Amino acid sequence: MSRVFSVYDVNRYIKGIFSTDMLLTDILVSGEISNYKYHYSGHMYFTLKDDQSLIKCVMFKSSAASLGFEPENGMKVIIKGYISVFERDGQYQLYAQKMQPDGLGSLHIAFEQLKAKLQKEGLFDSEYKKPLPLFPSCIGVVTSSTGSVVKDIINVATRRNNNVNIKILPVQVQGLGSADSVAKAIKTFNLLKNVDVIIVARGGGSLEELWAFNEEVVARSIFASEIPIVSAVGHETDFTISDFVADLRAPTPSAAAELVVPDMDSLKDTVLALRKRLVIAVKRETQLMAMRLSKYESSTAFSQPLDRIYQERLKLDSDLKQITQLIHTRMIEKKAELSNFAAKLNALSPLNIMARGFLVAKGEDNHIIKRAQEVSIGDKVILTFLDGEAKCTIEEMKLRME
Amino acid sequence: MKKEMTFEAAMKELEQVVVSLESGNLPLEDALGTFEKGITLTTLCNKKLDQAEKKITMLLEKKDGSFEEKDFVTEEN
Repeated sequence: MSRVFSVYDVNRYIKGIFSTDMLLTDILVSGEISNYKYHYSGHMYFTLKDDQSLIKCVMFKSSAASLGFEPENGMKVIIKGYISVFERDGQYQLYAQKMQPDGLGSLHIAFEQLKAKLQKEGLFDSEYKKPLPLFPSCIGVVTSSTGSVVKDIINVATRRNNNVNIKILPVQVQGLGSADSVAKAIKTFNLLKNVDVIIVARGGGSLEELWAFNEEVVARSIFASEIPIVSAVGHETDFTISDFVADLRAPTPSAAAELVVPDMDSLKDTVLALRKRLVIAVKRETQLMAMRLSKYESSTAFSQPLDRIYQERLKLDSDLKQITQLIHTRMIEKKAELSNFAAKLNALSPLNIMARGFLVAKGEDNHIIKRAQEVSIGDKVILTFLDGEAKCTIEEMKLRME
Repeated sequence: MKKEMTFEAAMKELEQVVVSLESGNLPLEDALGTFEKGITLTTLCNKKLDQAEKKITMLLEKKDGSFEEKDFVTEEN
């Protein structure tokens, strides 16, 4: 009889076989989601089916957290993961590590979901848009190292500036894992800080082919970048989430190169024009100053330095003349006044009266006798004449009755 | 100069210098100083434009996580 195994041993054995199989340990599976359950633990349980078959799936919290969209029943997806056995139930299932929507319908739903979510968070807000440098000394390019995109960017950039400095970080731009590759490259440039601006580019393709640029991990890395980013994904009519988050959207990769690399000739012209304006301005300024200076030099203060003194002296002379005149007039006035007084005085003088024949009579005590009553017969009086005196005795008196 | 100015900063300052000189209300000494500064800035801007050298490289990650730069060669050249 052969050896008897326990159920557990069987399941362990099968699991061992699964884990050594090259295909089962790293597989891509496409199908439609059904029976989707989002467990409170953060794990996702669902069934993946097509028209003929189904397989149980689980996506653990650690992988589910980085999912950029909300799985829904009926959504078509591609899952990257491995197939292993859950020993307890004896069931094999698909352990999903990455999942992306598949098919236009699913992709559109996921696109709108993420766009709405990031918009609500403000990742597209214009206040976060950084200006591009006017003249980047080094340009970082995140794209595939093969294909026409990288060549187009180099061609346009070197045509505008033959001395352009470009660093290319080659990435996978399509398929599962491409989003991580792009996000990592953006982070790398931010870590190395060796470029002034980054172009994230991919050529045209279907919505599926451009999908990496619609994934949350890429959007977040663009938003977190301290270096300005220009997004140029697909053709002019293709809009991706990267375009919305980036500091600037270029319609094509070639256009991105044009936006980022300034035209050397026009820049040199600008510098030259500024220099010309500078020279003209300083010339005009010095000419203006020279004119002002010559105007000052020709003023009387410089041409006839003694003029002021002459002016003052003339004025002084004129003042002096006026003062002399004034004093002279005053003196004539005073003289006239004086002779007037003298005339009046003269008229009042007693000598003048005596000249007209009046005498002054005085007593022996020398007092002036004004009335006859003051004297008696026999009294001696002195009569004063204009030219002398005479002593007389009163002999007769006649008083006039008043 | 301590740290060399960026091209943007130099251009911005150059424009301010030109505008202030054109306004014509600077004292003469200042005007001459400003002019000198403007000329220095144009020289710097031109130098910045000329000194960049054409270099197209590809960054390749090494096993230890560091990067090495290799000249980028497109198929046809």
